[in-house]
Amino acid sequence: MEKNKIDALNKAFQDKIDNEIKIEPKDYMPDAYRKTLIRQISQHAHSEIVGQLPEANWVTRAPNLRRKAVLLAKIQDEAGHGLYLYSAVETLGADREQTIDDLHEGIAKYSSIFNYPTLTWADMGTVGWLVDGAAIMNQVPLCRCSYGPYARAMVRVCKEESFHQRQGFEVVTQLAKGTPEQKAMAQDSLNRWWWPALMMFGPNDADSTHTAQSMEWKIKRHTNDELRQMFVDATVPQAELIGLTIPDKDLKFNEETGHYDFGEIDWDEFWQVVKGYGPCNEERVAARKKAKEDGLWVREAANAYAEKRAARNKKAS
Amino acid sequence: MTKQEALFEYLLRKADDSLILGHRLSEWCGHGPILEEDIAITNIALDLIGQATELYKYAAEVEDKGRDEDDLAFLRIEREYKNVLLVEQTNGDFGKTMIRQLFFDHFEHLLYEELMNSKDERIAAIATKTIKEIKYHIKHSSEWTIRLGDGTEESHNRVQKSVRDLSRFTKELFYQDEVDQILIAEGIIPDVSKFKVEYDKNIKAILDEATLELPNEKWQLDGGRKGVHSEHLGYLLTELQYMQRTYPGMKW
Ligand SMILES: [Fe+2]
Ligand SMILES: [Fe+2]
Ligand SMILES: [Fe+2]
Repeated sequence: MEKNKIDALNKAFQDKIDNEIKIEPKDYMPDAYRKTLIRQISQHAHSEIVGQLPEANWVTRAPNLRRKAVLLAKIQDEAGHGLYLYSAVETLGADREQTIDDLHEGIAKYSSIFNYPTLTWADMGTVGWLVDGAAIMNQVPLCRCSYGPYARAMVRVCKEESFHQRQGFEVVTQLAKGTPEQKAMAQDSLNRWWWPALMMFGPNDADSTHTAQSMEWKIKRHTNDELRQMFVDATVPQAELIGLTIPDKDLKFNEETGHYDFGEIDWDEFWQVVKGYGPCNEERVAARKKAKEDGLWVREAANAYAEKRAARNKKAS
Repeated sequence: MTKQEALFEYLLRKADDSLILGHRLSEWCGHGPILEEDIAITNIALDLIGQATELYKYAAEVEDKGRDEDDLAFLRIEREYKNVLLVEQTNGDFGKTMIRQLFFDHFEHLLYEELMNSKDERIAAIATKTIKEIKYHIKHSSEWTIRLGDGTEESHNRVQKSVRDLSRFTKELFYQDEVDQILIAEGIIPDVSKFKVEYDKNIKAILDEATLELPNEKWQLDGGRKGVHSEHLGYLLTELQYMQRTYPGMKW
């Protein structure tokens, strides 16, 4: 295509975005936009799928029938989120299985938070409260994302995420008002998850490579630091309400700004986990790989059966 | 044995069936062969835990000794669990899980159809809700049995082995003793021996379509209803009861 024709298409594309008109799968979009979305949505899908694992770790040990059922329902939702998101990726011309193989090869990323271990029952509360809570902060603005299928998937996902956040907070609340042993379990869990939860918003704006372009494309609506601040402001009062202490000695309400000031994130730890050296990176990817390998014979059988049936139907008709 | 004792025992047996199988299925979370199956298996596990909860609640009321549904589910010793041996068998591969489910679902389907007409209103209400779930379960396990049986040579061989391994636990589904006799006489539960022929026929129809065969030997095991289990159950309970045993008497 000639250069001025492409320029015109790109301009029309950006005009649509500036006017809050959604981009749909068949519409023209620049390659870089498509690539960014494929990367981001498949990463998001992988996060949902890998995110099942730390919770599945406690589903067989849930303390009562109600908690077991709620946890199962939550894990089922996460798998469902993965499914909608992989479908959204496919509208961009990417292949679901290929993106999954990228995950298994370590090419594609997923949210680093799932590389931390769930060590006590309290972690089932904290994960819902903080991890789903942070996910909501990230995802509510995505409901207005410029790419139609992603925005629509997010509307469904966000409704369920807020149920996840609430049930998590309820678990932690129950512990916080329980026996001293239970309260200690909740505090220990908050101590372990607080900083990794803050890391979920990504590097500081100054170090974030994709933010500016993603904001111009209205894939992103807020910067990493803005979202992180919103999360801190929302979460600190919740911790106070149930009598737990946020593990940050620099945390302090700033009367002038109306926001909480908080301490410096350990960025060495952040990059280490991103690069694959977190406590559970190996185990998480290995578990997903094993599921795919162990399931190969099942998928082959399903395909073989479908082919046989199609052949039989053809003969019959 | 009084009618109340029989009813309590019966509810416990059926609740234990649902709880233990639901627990087993929940072990699949995040490890299924395809994403759609992660969702389906978790969904079935959720149905089973829900059924167990309803049955334990009613059992606790019938017993009237101040225990609740969680006390019953989590705080008995191994010999007091009354589920059939089939449901505690390990998951194995996906095919084994489906065959275990097939044998169970077909029984539950026939049973719950009848329980909807129970003279005990509470049981009838639970059955009316449960039957909808079972209809989905039976479709799921039957379709997978056919797909895997009539899929590839490997899948056929794998599920054929599971059919052979698990069929020895099917007769126990029809186990009856004094508990059942009392409740049958009261019109609370059906006489399941009446639909053994239909069960065999339904299973055979699915296996035929799946090009699978039941083994010739008629060797069968039981003991679950009396609390005599396979060695697998103890480990399952160790996990299931971990929190309740480690932190006695706490609320979660
Ligand atoms: Fe999710
Ligand atoms: Fe999410
Ligand atoms: Fe969630």
